[in-house]
Amino acid sequence: MISVDIEKKLKTYSGQRVLKIAGQFPAGSITKVYGPSGAGKTTFLKIIAGFIKPEKGEITVNQTCWLDTGSGIFMPPQKRGVGFVFQDYALFPNMTVKEHLEYATNDAAWIERLLIIGKLETLTQHKPEHLSGGQQQRLAILRAMAIKPNLLLMDEPFSAIDAEMKLKLIGELRKLFDELKTTVLIVSHNQQELDGLTNLEIIIS
Amino acid sequence: MIINLSLMDFNPIWLTLKLAGITTVLLLAVGLPVAWWLSKGRSIFKIILEAIITMPLVLPPSVLGFYLLLAFSPQHGVGKWLQQVFNIQFVFSFQGLVLASVIYSMPFMIGPIKSALQQLPVSLSQASYSMGKSKWQTFLYVLLPNIKPSLLTAIVLTFAHTLGEFGVVLMIGGNIPNVTRVASIAVYDSVEQMDYHSANVYSLILFAITFIMVVGVFVFNKYQLKSPLE
Repeated sequence: MISVDIEKKLKTYSGQRVLKIAGQFPAGSITKVYGPSGAGKTTFLKIIAGFIKPEKGEITVNQTCWLDTGSGIFMPPQKRGVGFVFQDYALFPNMTVKEHLEYATNDAAWIERLLIIGKLETLTQHKPEHLSGGQQQRLAILRAMAIKPNLLLMDEPFSAIDAEMKLKLIGELRKLFDELKTTVLIVSHNQQELDGLTNLEIIIS
Repeated sequence: MIINLSLMDFNPIWLTLKLAGITTVLLLAVGLPVAWWLSKGRSIFKIILEAIITMPLVLPPSVLGFYLLLAFSPQHGVGKWLQQVFNIQFVFSFQGLVLASVIYSMPFMIGPIKSALQQLPVSLSQASYSMGKSKWQTFLYVLLPNIKPSLLTAIVLTFAHTLGEFGVVLMIGGNIPNVTRVASIAVYDSVEQMDYHSANVYSLILFAITFIMVVGVFVFNKYQLKSPLE
């Protein structure tokens, strides 16, 4: 169970506003985080991952406190074991497809399996600049899965992937999520995009 | 004009290359962590420190040399203490030239590296952290390899800039053969003595080294941009 209750000041064009989110996400659930652009969806994920500190809040994951601003507890992102798929992919320009996964894990069999799931097995020696947008996004998803995360945070993860590939990939990912009992939060600005994959929804407005 | 090289004293050239090499290595060791630290966030302390590091770019070299001369004079303060306690003398010595060169060339090393690090998306570091990697591992395996062209530019600029130092070197080092008489001072000294032949040889060698290095950087950076599939 993941329990989140945070408050973070956001700077917007129209001034300052406060992002307030409270919710609970059962272990193994897949939650769609929906809301308009600029609502704070990405900030919400980055707070859970530990990349951004909120002014106030608590985050507890399976009885372990990751954040408690009241008592000054802050677990660094390195210790949270959270898989993160970035909206801009955040691929490392100096690394090939295979090196991305090897940087995350030493498990060669797991790497091979992920490459097949992402249909990148023939592109292992390619660097990101020589991949298409869809291939880059698939690599970003595979890299996040490489650490076998208990919690996976995905920021617009399927925006550059074509419909047919998306359907296949979602099917394969769902199997992995079940296998690893991964709790997933997926940000989307399109309310219908993830229908059938997610079983919970949180709206940030 | 016939150039007779057998009569030439090449020690100023070797001394210059030694000084530039040591300065570049020292500045690389100091500059990388400082540039990394400066690239992350802003604070009034960082702004002041960056301004101090940048000062040699705009300050007349003789002014910097004059203050270093005063600071490390064995008759006063720090210089006297260093001489008495560690038997180190920075004035009119090679180590003094190294110290002055490190201070004088610091903006050439730190500036390009800091700018390159700032231009990398913050999500690269965050992605690395999410995989459990430490800040040091992230710097070594993710940030540093992705600023290679800027790193090379910084190294070459530092080396080339040290080759051409004159004012600051003359102020703190003087013109002692085999100790502080670097090539730029040897050129000036030769011209003063109407020895245009030596001045010409020293100048040609400095020109050639600098030209080859700068062309090398341009070629490397162009190659980086047009890298074929690996």
